[in-house]
Amino acid sequence: MSASETAMQRDRAVTIFEKGAPGRRAFQPPPLDVPERPLDELVPARLRRKQPARLPEVSEPELVRHYVRVSRRNFDLDSGFYPLGSCTMKHNPRLHERVAGLAGHARLHPLQDPARAQGALALMWNLERALSEIAGLPYVSLQPSAGSHGELAGVLLTRAYHADHGEARRTVLTPDTAHGTNPATVSMAGYEVVKVGTNAAGGVDIDDLRAKADRDVACLMLTNPNTLGLFDPNIEEIAQIVHDVGATVYYDGANLNAVMGISRPGDMGFDIVHFNLHKSFTQPHGGGGPGSGPIAVSARIEPYLPRPVIVRRGGGESNGSARELDLDYDRPKSIGRLRGFQGNYGCFVRAYAYICSLGASGLRDASETAVLNANYLLARLRELGVCELLPPAYDRVCMHEFALTGAPMRSQLGIRTLDLAKRLLDYGYHPPTVYFPLLVEEALLIEPTETETKETLDGFAEAVAEILREAREDPEIARGAPYSTPVRRLDEAGAAKRPVLRQAL
Amino acid sequence: MSRYTAVTDDDRRAMLATIGVASVDELFAEIPEAVRRTEPLELPEGLGEAEVYAHLRGLAARNTSVEDEISFLGAGMYDHYVPAVIDMLMGRSEFLTPYTPYQPEISQGGLQVMFEYQTAICELTGMDVSNASYYEGPSALAAAAYLAKLTNGRGALVISRGVHPHARETLRTLAEGYGMKVVEIPLVDGVTDPAAWASAIDDGVSAVFVSQPNFLGAVEDLEALIGPARAHQALVVCSADPLALGIIEAPGVLGVDVCVGEGQTLGNRLDFGGPSFGFFAVRAEHMRRLPGRVAGETVDVDGRRGFVLTLQTREQHIRREKATSNICTAQALNALAGVVYLSWLGRRGLVELGELLLQRTAYAREALAGIDGVTPLHSQPVVREFAVSLGLPDLASVRRVIARCAAEQVNPGYALGLDYPEHADGLLVAVTEQRSRADIDMLADVLGRALVSERAAAAAQGREAT
Repeated sequence: MSASETAMQRDRAVTIFEKGAPGRRAFQPPPLDVPERPLDELVPARLRRKQPARLPEVSEPELVRHYVRVSRRNFDLDSGFYPLGSCTMKHNPRLHERVAGLAGHARLHPLQDPARAQGALALMWNLERALSEIAGLPYVSLQPSAGSHGELAGVLLTRAYHADHGEARRTVLTPDTAHGTNPATVSMAGYEVVKVGTNAAGGVDIDDLRAKADRDVACLMLTNPNTLGLFDPNIEEIAQIVHDVGATVYYDGANLNAVMGISRPGDMGFDIVHFNLHKSFTQPHGGGGPGSGPIAVSARIEPYLPRPVIVRRGGGESNGSARELDLDYDRPKSIGRLRGFQGNYGCFVRAYAYICSLGASGLRDASETAVLNANYLLARLRELGVCELLPPAYDRVCMHEFALTGAPMRSQLGIRTLDLAKRLLDYGYHPPTVYFPLLVEEALLIEPTETETKETLDGFAEAVAEILREAREDPEIARGAPYSTPVRRLDEAGAAKRPVLRQAL
Repeated sequence: MSRYTAVTDDDRRAMLATIGVASVDELFAEIPEAVRRTEPLELPEGLGEAEVYAHLRGLAARNTSVEDEISFLGAGMYDHYVPAVIDMLMGRSEFLTPYTPYQPEISQGGLQVMFEYQTAICELTGMDVSNASYYEGPSALAAAAYLAKLTNGRGALVISRGVHPHARETLRTLAEGYGMKVVEIPLVDGVTDPAAWASAIDDGVSAVFVSQPNFLGAVEDLEALIGPARAHQALVVCSADPLALGIIEAPGVLGVDVCVGEGQTLGNRLDFGGPSFGFFAVRAEHMRRLPGRVAGETVDVDGRRGFVLTLQTREQHIRREKATSNICTAQALNALAGVVYLSWLGRRGLVELGELLLQRTAYAREALAGIDGVTPLHSQPVVREFAVSLGLPDLASVRRVIARCAAEQVNPGYALGLDYPEHADGLLVAVTEQRSRADIDMLADVLGRALVSERAAAAAQGREAT
């Protein structure tokens, strides 16, 4: 198939640095209303900048048009189905943007006297209580900036806990299905990774875990449901084995969207949990952030939480203003700060608004619907014969997502999972996650979320079936895809070999 | 069904029939009963959109924002004007709602923005290579220590006490994880003590950290501080205020290895501390140890210009435990605000804004020094923030003075004694372009009267006041 160049394709990428002309501007500085003093008096020439930064010179209309046109070269969740496994691409309610934009939230300085930021502290307090209830663990820190940051907090908390008990342990266990952030976190926290195998049912290999769980192990990091979308029914036994050697059990909350109100990590035996507010709790993904990665912990981990923590105090301050909620820095066993200020508050506002909107039954409905949608989509793919070429990696009831293997498709049709993904772009879909989890050959990880209607799921299943039909007749179509996107397949190898990471000016 | 889901009873029946189960509960049968809940969570029931709005607005009303007072509070985040184009662009679905650009063919918008952002940060800092963003300032500084550890494997880090206290604490938190020692160097007359600095640096030092300008607002002699680190092949990490770089020499020009910083001042709201973004830029030789996403330019199969995520073999999803960082989700949307802001400001605007900040800050510094009992805390050049001693006996009295000013809708700044016991009566005052001469005059008046009242109250209670 050959397509003539689309209008978007003809419109070649031009950067903001290639636009504008000397002297153009969008910014008009406020007037100098104080007596002007020679610059040399204020900052010696020796310390001043010699060559100005070569920033763009554009008018406001040029600026707006440039970025609006650039934005149109993105696919986004508001435009279409985005079943990116492990990323929980659920709808972002616009109410959240409105409330986060209120001046009392958006223009509140992080070092404002807590007595005059009681609304913000109350919001954080309420969010902490709600997350604690959802996790089934009593204490929460909102500070970490993303899931990976929450993981780092969790492993550092584990280190502090053991150190406080006079122990220095060396290793952290991670299943071979783990997100890459888990082993990377382990290294950053100064531990060695020990991998635990996966059993025939897609869960933790209990015998392997038992063999590797010794007194050198500080922690087991686990996602449940795991990255195959499968709930590990042995979770209580797993937690017991790890606790028996004195280690902590860490819950990677990337997949919490499957079990909100249905099963709680704390009840499963986890000591430390991170949440991804940008996944289960609707913080928009922003093209790669901002995120937010609060953690919930058990009582034995609480003394080590990052500081400051929010506390409820009685009475007022000497200045007479109410200071019911305060930030407590006097935490001698704390691991310390992980970042500046109190965390990504703007994300807290959105997550809190979401929890207020849904309530207990709405959260449960979200998880039930996410799981229903995933199982329905899998069943529809089966009905359409897709699973003959793309069978589930583990044939069980899935949770909020499921992993297919494209191995039969590759051997029978001669197209790879990547080709299927690229052809889906021409059908107007964001492809699922590809080539993850690593232990699934030609993996395709599909997470539809509760956002989607039955009609959308039907349409997607039919598109996949159609692509396979097409590939049976002519595999070159998929191999050459996509055809209709702003650019077609890009030379990634060349980009890495000869990196051009900034505009030459 | 909530307002954010769409499965009707009819849909559910049809879907369950297709799946081949009788109920939704059956889908959860693999969760052991002992850990499966039958009771609802103890959370309030859900609310309608208008009710949620009213509740969140009520909470917002209990905060005193920079719209409710004349604020000179800075200390790491600043009330600079955020142009309307940024709200509009950040709110566009195409930027707001996608995720990390894993499929470059349909993510050229986000990838091009990253490429433009990287270019702008390199220009601003004088560095060779920038990543596409880090969480925020202090965590970016701590990430630079991990880069240094991977580079030379040495065991100690030396940090100026002029670096933001949150960044110093974050560095300690993380460095402890991988077993590095952190040595802090005191300030003399507001800047890093050059003698203590030089004597602390030896061949066991992996990296040194300095802030430009520093937490007390003082412009450091960066060039002089780089010398001793170079002599011992320690990496130099500079945390820079990006807006000050319209005035102050770019750290990259002076030869630092890593330049990091807090990006909030580049078009991001205060948001009670986040989300903003951290920037992270390095010399070319450190390119393959950068943390986080990096966009690169390339071509498609038909030769069209395009952008992709590149150098991914550094990253956690490929390299796992050998990755240069564990970071995955960063702050792409906030970095977009950063590059839009820098384009809005433009080549001349950056300098003009910097010069305005210099002039107004100098005016404010002089105005406050004219108040009885108030003296400059140091004599160094400053850009948009300066420190004074209020001539009070302790931190508690400074806090009372701040509260007295607040009662007159003026926030005079940050009580330095919270982080610097050696400056118990210090006040850190920030002047952005949103604070006019009239505002500054008001500050001087209100602060002067608050100090008179505080001294009178102290005298009446027999407390010591200078």
